[in-house]
Amino acid sequence: MELFKKNQNSQPDQRKKELPDGLWTKCNNCGEIIYIKELEKNFWVCHKCDFHFRILSSDYIGLILDEGKLDEYDGNLISADPLEFKDSKRYPDRVKGAIKNTGLKEAIVCGCGTIDTKPVSFAVMNFGFVGGSMGSVVGEKVARSIERSLEKRIPLIIISASGGARMQEGILSLMQMAKTSSLLALLYDQKIPYISVLTNPTTAGVMASYASLGDIIIAEPQALLGFAGQRVIKQTIGQDLPKGFQSSEFFLEHGFIDFICHRRDLKKQISSLLNYLKVQD
Amino acid sequence: MQYLDFEKPIFELEKKISELKEFADGEKLEISSEIKILTAKLERLQREIYKKMNRWQRVKIARHPARPYTLDYIEALATDFIELHGDRGYGDDKAIVVGLATLEGRRVLFVGQQKGRDVKQRQFRNFGMCHPEGYRKALRGFQLADRFKLPIVILIDTPGAYPGIEAEERGQAEAIARNLREMCRIRVPIVVVVIGEGASGGALGIGLGDKIFMLENSWYSVISPEGCAAILWKENPQEKYETAADALRVTAQDAMGLGIVDKIIPEPLGGAHRDPGKVMDLVRKYILGALEELERIEPAELLAKRLAKYRKIGVFEIEKEN
Repeated sequence: MELFKKNQNSQPDQRKKELPDGLWTKCNNCGEIIYIKELEKNFWVCHKCDFHFRILSSDYIGLILDEGKLDEYDGNLISADPLEFKDSKRYPDRVKGAIKNTGLKEAIVCGCGTIDTKPVSFAVMNFGFVGGSMGSVVGEKVARSIERSLEKRIPLIIISASGGARMQEGILSLMQMAKTSSLLALLYDQKIPYISVLTNPTTAGVMASYASLGDIIIAEPQALLGFAGQRVIKQTIGQDLPKGFQSSEFFLEHGFIDFICHRRDLKKQISSLLNYLKVQD
Repeated sequence: MQYLDFEKPIFELEKKISELKEFADGEKLEISSEIKILTAKLERLQREIYKKMNRWQRVKIARHPARPYTLDYIEALATDFIELHGDRGYGDDKAIVVGLATLEGRRVLFVGQQKGRDVKQRQFRNFGMCHPEGYRKALRGFQLADRFKLPIVILIDTPGAYPGIEAEERGQAEAIARNLREMCRIRVPIVVVVIGEGASGGALGIGLGDKIFMLENSWYSVISPEGCAAILWKENPQEKYETAADALRVTAQDAMGLGIVDKIIPEPLGGAHRDPGKVMDLVRKYILGALEELERIEPAELLAKRLAKYRKIGVFEIEKEN
């Protein structure tokens, strides 16, 4: 992840804070000075190098769902502290800090909406909330999103952005991988389409569970995608990593995603896919 | 026998007793009362040290180089073992063993990660760290067992899925994710025993089942204590392994408390390697007991129960509406 960190904007919740004047910003990838209004109009994508700035879950809701409207469910689920985990901070304090900084309750927002009038169960993650990590709440909300798809017999769309399972909930976080994936087995058998959208970054426990299990998997350009962390791989093999390793383009090349999609085209592409992949009776 | 740092007093005393015995035999001396006293002292010392092991010490026992590995269990528990190789797509991952075997008259499929005993074997087995083709080989086995109605016995012992360039190129995440989904569609009983290390997705990638057992000194968590320490205490992670093991709650007892594990299989004092025969007998008993119970359940109900088991895992709060 370090390789990418240098090139990218930091936490999404800091996006606006970094721009006190609110007029101009610099693309962290190519260095281009961009007028913020232009950037916003261009879906937070650099007009010069197509670098996709990290955006908030609310931005994706606005971008993809009709009238930018999500009928939110399970917004009242919040993290407990089953392990009484403490490092430099107590885990509940870490969560409280994230709630304060992001204005969100957890690393995922879920609900129902429509895409070109087609109803969907929709979930979108927030990397800014404890690294988009999956603990019991994220696992539960994904599980309920899958169940809403099953119940209402509507397609499932999940936009992922996550560093993986949340360490602070130990084995409970690990088991969320099993929980979400096992429910996806039902969706699979019932022939209800699931489109997984990977954004920067989607790695580790989330990549190794529901994010990899879409009938169709789409990625935004130049996102960091993979299983193991780059620091760990570097330490294990004792050499530098090839250029472009674990990027969306790398994933496409190796056959693990269907296509890369510019953010401006996401809605159109998802909508078109849904015209082909209809829930089967 | 190799010993761990905290076991040193035990091994010193054991050495002293055996030296004394040798000396007495040579000199034809009668010192049985001294030996009796020392043996009693040894037993006391063992109880003191092993009963009070902290989590990090248990992790060390789980990784003890003399600890029984997957193939040791298969050899001891089963007959007519036929190993099956390859994922039919890329290659044969030596870090994982798949095969058909007979367990007290029952025909089953065994799957487990395999570590090596010496330097050469360790490299050959890649330290029990699977590549994607390992997870795919396991899945091939699971689906074979599903089609021919063979119950599945899984032994988990891995320090993690291999973090390497080729593993990423061949889709480590996809391989694990697919197994998680597909293991919920396998219509035969699955019994899982964590025999040593259960490191994160690398372990879970073959770890979904109807009954989950852990050996008393095995560990299972979302990350290793070392990995956790490296992330949280960047300055001096080596000094924080014990703290990390405690924070993560990595032991079998912890997993049991969190409702992840069905039963803990006791080990002899000092760990499974101290009396492998005894451990094998117990593991056999637990597996057979589970299979007997599970074989009575109809496939559809078995799947529903498996799903329900995972569906309810998680601890969270529901915020009251204002």
